[in-house]
Amino acid sequence: MQPTFTSSRILLPVRPWFIFFSLIVALLLNFLPTANWPGVPDWVALVLCFWSVREFRRVGMGWAFVLGLLMDVADGAVLGQHCFAYVLLAYLSASLSRRLLWFPIAQQALQVLPLLLLTQIVQALMRLVVGADFPGWGYFAAPFVASLLWIPATFILLLPQYQPVEQNPDRPI
Amino acid sequence: MAGIDHAPPPFFKRGPAPLVLLTFYIALSLALFVVDLRFRSLELVRQSIALLVDPVQRVAQTPGSLVDYALNYMQGMRQLQRENDELRHAKLNTAPDLLRLEKMEAENERLRKLLVVKEREKAKGQVAQILYTARDPFSRKVIIDKGQQAGIVAGQPAIDEAGVVGQVTRTFPYSAEVTLITDKDQAVPVQIVRSGQRSVVFGLGNGQLELRYMPANADVEVGDVLVTSGLDSVYLQGFPVAKVVNIERDSAYSFARIFCAPIAGVENFGEVMVLDPRLPPPPPPPESKGRGGDGGDKPGLRPKKKRAAKGP
Repeated sequence: MQPTFTSSRILLPVRPWFIFFSLIVALLLNFLPTANWPGVPDWVALVLCFWSVREFRRVGMGWAFVLGLLMDVADGAVLGQHCFAYVLLAYLSASLSRRLLWFPIAQQALQVLPLLLLTQIVQALMRLVVGADFPGWGYFAAPFVASLLWIPATFILLLPQYQPVEQNPDRPI
Repeated sequence: MAGIDHAPPPFFKRGPAPLVLLTFYIALSLALFVVDLRFRSLELVRQSIALLVDPVQRVAQTPGSLVDYALNYMQGMRQLQRENDELRHAKLNTAPDLLRLEKMEAENERLRKLLVVKEREKAKGQVAQILYTARDPFSRKVIIDKGQQAGIVAGQPAIDEAGVVGQVTRTFPYSAEVTLITDKDQAVPVQIVRSGQRSVVFGLGNGQLELRYMPANADVEVGDVLVTSGLDSVYLQGFPVAKVVNIERDSAYSFARIFCAPIAGVENFGEVMVLDPRLPPPPPPPESKGRGGDGGDKPGLRPKKKRAAKGP
């Protein structure tokens, strides 16, 4: 696979443990006390979206569901709230993945924004319907920050897959 | 959408189609959502998942608490000394009252016994540290560091040195969730100290509380202190809850809108005291027992006789 479909660089295959590790790190970032600040993105949603776009055979809705459950318990939210939003996110980003990777990274970020925004809006709707109070507009600022972070996230999460630039001519791949 | 939507040829085994999986998982999460919200029967599931998540969460909280600790340490001797002086001063100020309090409580108890009034319950409990606020932006909850292992059960009230903080709503093996009185779903029965009027105060979700169902001409003033009335058999009587900060009287409505601010440091980090659950409420008065008694003597026979008597 390439970084984007237009690029001529060929990446190494992804290591399953790295996907797992990155999702755990995202969970840890979500548990930090900074998560209450307005505009701090939902790291799990971002990383999950990334892997669903790039590796939808490996990271699918099952992962999204389990991560959602963990987030629900950790947040003290109603069970099923994050599950619903993450499953939807995983499905939509997997079905977008063929198209998304043709674009340069900045445009990818723009296309990911509606998905992340939808994740947040779905959660807010679920809670508002059953009578929670409105969390304030700061809650909806997080997806915008997250979609800006798509660019560094792509760089960091693909780092282990890049090959050295000088290659051994005897072993082309 | 073209990539994964169409059905795979049978010789590539890729599991169920994405749309099927999506439907399945969404149905499952909606079912979880409804069951958890309406029936509250998933506490065991939540507790077992919490057992996995809790260590990770504590690890994530460590840097923050280390920074707090370091800042406290840096503040140094002078502030400590000043605080110590203030505390000693305060102790001396309250000493006359405190010294007599014990005697007065004993006297009060004796008098109540003489009057055949039920004795006041004593407040007992255990101190717990607030670990962190729950991340859920739709509610106001904090997590404390004592749980089922320390004998905490859901329903216990939590107070700090100034007043009521909230109520334990969920317990996990090593932690518990306290819903603050400013949460939108939380209600505390209160009494106005100045007039003795009873009412219920509701959280508004924005850090304030509202005293509802008070008539527009009710005797409430800005600055009135509300204390728990003890009518709910959850909170003991007499703990400060809130102070009235703003009253909107509009004759178009039959009720006044009365806004209050919590007295306790509800949204700050620190320590809370989780009070033991109150004793079970006294048995119902004997007259209702007498009425229910004649029906309960022979449950097998009574209804038939009644129906036979009603027939003609």
